[in-house]
Amino acid sequence: MKATPSNRTTKAFERALAARPTEKCVLRLYVAGATDRSRKAILRARHLCETEFEGHYELEVIDVFQQPILARDGQIVATPTLVREFPKPVRRLIGNLTKTSGLFVGLDVAAKTSVRP
Amino acid sequence: MVPPASHAAFRATRLPKCPTGIQGLDEITDGGLPRGRPTLVCGGAGCGKTLFAAEFLVRGATQFGEPGVFMSFEETEAELKANVASLGFDLTSLVRRKKILLEHVRIERNEIHETGEYDLEGLFVRLNHAIDSIGAKRVVLDTLEALFAGLPNEAILRAELRRLFRWLKDKGVTAVITAERGRDSDQLTRHGLEEYVSDCVILLDHRVNDQIATRHLRVVKYRGALHGTNEFPFLIGETGLSVLPITSLGLNHGVSNERIATGIPRLDAMLGGRGFFRGSSILLTGTPGTGKTIIAANFAQAAARRGERTLFFSFEESPNQIIRNMHSIGLRLEPLVKRNLLRFHSARPSLYGLEMHLATMFKEIAVFQPEVVIVDPITSLMDSGTASESKGMVTRLIDYLKAGQITTLFTSLTQGGQSLQQTEMAMSSLMDAWLLLQDFEGNGERNRVLYVLKARGMAHSNQIREFLISDRGVDLVDAYIGPSGVLTGSARAAQTASEKAATLAGQQEAGRRKRELESKRMALERQISGLRSEHEATAEEFRQIDEQIGTQTRLLTTERSELGRLRQADISVTTGAVGSSKPKTKTR
Repeated sequence: MKATPSNRTTKAFERALAARPTEKCVLRLYVAGATDRSRKAILRARHLCETEFEGHYELEVIDVFQQPILARDGQIVATPTLVREFPKPVRRLIGNLTKTSGLFVGLDVAAKTSVRP
Repeated sequence: MVPPASHAAFRATRLPKCPTGIQGLDEITDGGLPRGRPTLVCGGAGCGKTLFAAEFLVRGATQFGEPGVFMSFEETEAELKANVASLGFDLTSLVRRKKILLEHVRIERNEIHETGEYDLEGLFVRLNHAIDSIGAKRVVLDTLEALFAGLPNEAILRAELRRLFRWLKDKGVTAVITAERGRDSDQLTRHGLEEYVSDCVILLDHRVNDQIATRHLRVVKYRGALHGTNEFPFLIGETGLSVLPITSLGLNHGVSNERIATGIPRLDAMLGGRGFFRGSSILLTGTPGTGKTIIAANFAQAAARRGERTLFFSFEESPNQIIRNMHSIGLRLEPLVKRNLLRFHSARPSLYGLEMHLATMFKEIAVFQPEVVIVDPITSLMDSGTASESKGMVTRLIDYLKAGQITTLFTSLTQGGQSLQQTEMAMSSLMDAWLLLQDFEGNGERNRVLYVLKARGMAHSNQIREFLISDRGVDLVDAYIGPSGVLTGSARAAQTASEKAATLAGQQEAGRRKRELESKRMALERQISGLRSEHEATAEEFRQIDEQIGTQTRLLTTERSELGRLRQADISVTTGAVGSSKPKTKTR
């Protein structure tokens, strides 16, 4: 097969797809106070990040009771909310992260989990 | 309305109120919204919910020293500032001075995924922070129903909303929550928010009647307080909302005994010699072209010349047109306008709805502070609303003017063919004085006449007067009332002339007869003098005859004695000159 320019670009694109994303995923979890619901949400978020992003993530947990200004800046209405700030577009997952289907749709990681059971 | 006595008794225990500062609303609700409780303001799209809420906050911050939080779910801070700027509210400055805090809550449905149980603690925290940061006493949530569109789980939402309203009450803030009107007419809000906000519900409405849109406000519910239950028209003007209560004004305005002249001396004479009472409302009705505007302009000129500020609302002619037309009959209005004693306000009746007209008039009156107001003609305004609305409006206008002791002259156009008094049934009972202008047709001409139909509280003429307009002004003259009825115009002139001719003829006749008699008398006198001379002649003759006889007798006696002497007769014969002694001497 001759190495035509179009072939090269196609290959480069496929390589890029196969490679793991190098940028870190930026996540923020807004919780309200040290409640059971908050604790569960934090644990689930950490677990999710470890399994899905394997260290390529930043997870910031914010207690809106402590920092109400951040709740305003982040346009938070419901708690707990997990916001994916990066990569774009912004996604907001509201709830205690127990419904996994919604969770994966929200974070665009559904395809990966189906490939690796 | 509650009588004052029981009112005072209730005052101690009644619900604390939070004045809105919205013109008229505090009158209807007897003091404002329930303090420390949420109020639901619902209505369809474009009926002024957001402006209502914004004014509530702005007035609170500027007039009552109560800072407020505006939490908007639909508009951003910048949009909100721009929107309320049209009402003359400077939100930017209020925000800078920490009197008002704007917070936009953005909910994007497509960003949100539900992953389990949640609550609205985030919203609570933000609201709490906003309230605490400026010490807010008032809160607006506009429109909470955006949450229903943004958040998927309605069951959670409803539970959280219930908690939110409870929380607002506990927080002690007076809250206004706006909500979209439900699609069914029996549904106040689309998502049934009235279920949670049970203290006070205000319904706003924007209806189109005969192509004229009118906004209405109704207090549907006000727990624990008396309130006006009617639907009140309101409008959004340049200075915010104003609700126009029809029935809140009572009949308790003060009255004046002062009388003011009408500018037409004969008309004053008809009104007990001194004109109208100050502060009274005068109705001037007439068919087209009977001189209503002229009488109104005379009244205006007279008032302005006395130094009273006069406001002339014209719904037919422009100010310049009135000034020009009145100039032609000798009224000089322009100098009065220049001296700011007379002000015109002209508007087409169809320009906007009745309520807007009324509000504009109220505003003009409030700004100019007139002592005399003229509305020419009130009937034009009435065309821009239904009959009941118009009557309500006129009532309010009259009440408003009477409360301010402003003398008002309304002209009213009666269409030809209608009974002159019938059309004014709605208004006439509200008026203190009523002049009727009418034209009489006959002899190929129309002539204006004027009556005083009623004038409360003064002796007034029951006579018809002919109303003359010349380039020197107007005058009232007595109409001719003769055997053939009321005569006006040339008929009156002709009648006067013929009367004059008859008088002249009579005078001539008398003169002639007088002369005749005189000559007759002269003739008689001549006759008398003839007779007298005849009489004298006769008397002379008589005397002559006497004389003659005397002479004859003497002569005879002399002759006889001479004869006797000649015949030497005896003494008795000589003494027998006296005939009677003769027989005596004979018998002796």
